Amino acid sequence: MIDLLGKRYIFFAISLLVIIPGLIFLGVFGLPLAIDFTGGTLLEVSFASGNPPQPAEVIAIYEEFGIDDTQVQVTGEGTVIARSSFLEDETLQGQIIDRMSEEFNDTVTLLSADSVGPTIGREVAGRAALAVGIAAVIVIIYMTFAFRGIENSLRYGICAIIAMMHDVGIVISLAVIGGKFFGWQADALFVTALLTVIGFSVQDKIVVFDRIRENSKTLRRLPFETLVNHSIIQTLQRSINTQLMTVEFMLLALVLFGGVTLREFALILLVGLFSGTYSSIFIAAPILVVWEKKEWRNWFGRGTTAASA
Amino acid sequence: MTKRIWQNLILIAIILAVGIYLVLPGTTNIPLLNKSIKTQLGLDLAGGVQALLEADLPAESVTVENMATARRIVENRVNGLGVTEAVVQQAGATRILVELPGETDPEVVLTTLKQTGLLEFVDFSTLDPNLAINLVGTRIETDYAQTAEQVSAAETGQLFHTVLTGAELADAGVTVSGTNAYEVALSFKGEGITKFSEYTSNNIGNILAIVLDKEVISIPTIQVPITDGAAVIQGNFTLEEANSLAIQLRYGSLPIPLKVVESRTITPTLGQDSLQKSVRAGIIGFAIVFLFMALYYRLPGLIAIAGILFYAVIDYAIFRFIPVTLTLPGIAGFLLSTGSALDANILIFERLKEELRAGRTLMQAFNLGFQRAWPSIRDSNIATLITCLVLYIFGSQFGATIVKGFSLTLAIGVFISVFTALVVTRSLLGLVLNYLPPSNLKRWFGI
Repeated sequence: MIDLLGKRYIFFAISLLVIIPGLIFLGVFGLPLAIDFTGGTLLEVSFASGNPPQPAEVIAIYEEFGIDDTQVQVTGEGTVIARSSFLEDETLQGQIIDRMSEEFNDTVTLLSADSVGPTIGREVAGRAALAVGIAAVIVIIYMTFAFRGIENSLRYGICAIIAMMHDVGIVISLAVIGGKFFGWQADALFVTALLTVIGFSVQDKIVVFDRIRENSKTLRRLPFETLVNHSIIQTLQRSINTQLMTVEFMLLALVLFGGVTLREFALILLVGLFSGTYSSIFIAAPILVVWEKKEWRNWFGRGTTAASA
Repeated sequence: MTKRIWQNLILIAIILAVGIYLVLPGTTNIPLLNKSIKTQLGLDLAGGVQALLEADLPAESVTVENMATARRIVENRVNGLGVTEAVVQQAGATRILVELPGETDPEVVLTTLKQTGLLEFVDFSTLDPNLAINLVGTRIETDYAQTAEQVSAAETGQLFHTVLTGAELADAGVTVSGTNAYEVALSFKGEGITKFSEYTSNNIGNILAIVLDKEVISIPTIQVPITDGAAVIQGNFTLEEANSLAIQLRYGSLPIPLKVVESRTITPTLGQDSLQKSVRAGIIGFAIVFLFMALYYRLPGLIAIAGILFYAVIDYAIFRFIPVTLTLPGIAGFLLSTGSALDANILIFERLKEELRAGRTLMQAFNLGFQRAWPSIRDSNIATLITCLVLYIFGSQFGATIVKGFSLTLAIGVFISVFTALVVTRSLLGLVLNYLPPSNLKRWFGI
């Protein structure tokens, strides 16, 4: 049988190699937030001629109306997305579009318009963070309850949450990098994706932990590390088949064929759910072993002396 | 054993028949329940305007009754736009969500909604009646629902006292007087009757101005004390003028001022495009997954595919029955819960294969596979339901229909997927195993 757990510190290192640069990026560039959280107005328009103007020309039109914080992006499909501060006066949207038609001598059509007031944006951001927090706490409580029959049941919940935070870290790293290089912005859909990743991540951990729960009744005489390794191998086939072959293919189909609106959402789920499966095997279960063996006593080179002290 | 399988199969057949009946596009009504059935598409797929209105008052001065009344009035206004299937619902304690499918001009919608203003009856006793006429059509400052700072800031101009608001108005309408002149009759209710009685008794000859959204729209003079709460406004009204004033009084009588804090518009073409693309993505996804299941799990794989098709029909039937509004993330939720349904099947099949490898007979492995996979299916799906619940509550607070739609479709999917795996897959597999010679295990199960 393959000894996966023996290489646990290698797996920890691989995850840190992704998360730490992600967090540094987060610290330096921040997570670009969409108007859902910051408040603002976003207009997407199409041009009948198929020749969208330069962003600077659109910005100039906004400036005519006294709006000087506009960011403009031309999409791959030739539409123009303009993001500005919250336009409280809704007649402005129509005026701006009319002005564009006139200036660019083209038929400009509104595709979508989103407008979010600044106070509600802040509130949504606060509640989103709260929702993630509440979900995590309820999950720890539920897992402690579900695993109450075996020793140290609280550990399972906590390990699942640590691994879940790993997945959140991966997703946020992805969002920050996507924001830096592809102009992504975290919106309400991003929070939905994040919460889904959390839900499925925990679902996946439970499947692996359930095997440990079952084996700890029948294989009581095995050392804990061997028992956990055994359980991982037993559920490995299922993890690969469920996650890679079914869910990930569904998401890949959405990313490739599902249209722009869902692309970022599907991509974040794709990476997030993969991370969820990975962390069940390579993070959550190994941490259980680290905890059981209290390995942190050997971490800083103090070795056995610290353990015996 | 066989008897139970057959019983289950009959049950499954009945559920499936009902499901297919509900899914057929021709089904628009269930005869016995007298319930209409339809696929309800969200704004992101059908196109339309969504607006979130918020009480423009400190949260503590907004009461439950006031919000309910405001919601009803907004609903009247929206119905006046002639949009079918409009949604007007309260979101959180101080907000109202308005959804208008098919509507594409946010300007028209938002102006109509905003017109529903705050109606006040304002004391003009301090004012020279000859000057009052100049104020008609202009905006004034009143002391209703103002904070202390706003009051002191307004002291540079004139601050008028609000005697009554639209909340205390019971009704308004046009009547014809004895001399064939048009009049606007209005009646107050509850405390309004007493306040109106007190004010009119003490202010004969003074003006009680009618102010809509801080704009003076009429300046009737009090002739006699009115103690029963029923008053008449006289003037040289034409029928149109009288009607318009009565309507402003009736529909403008919002108990609290509202402001638009969020609006979203999606054109139907964009929605249509998203719908087509995600349906195409779904079909491709299903095809790949089915291929994999059939090749890898062989016989059980084929049965799981039958289970998933059952799952998809029932899920969609429930969406049409409730009805659940289908949004883009909702479709993603549906696809993801399909993943969950497959997960339950795969957990069982892996278990079954394991037991077969351990040398158990086919029937033993079959029973053990389901039995042992159950705790992990149960616990993992409960965890997903917890997340769905948190998401649903989060979405409800902000009228974020997309988030709600996603969590609802995912949660419904989780329930049906567990049923599918435990009842449908199990019965079908049980049936087939009964007639299968155990010698061909290798070929049928891919061990």
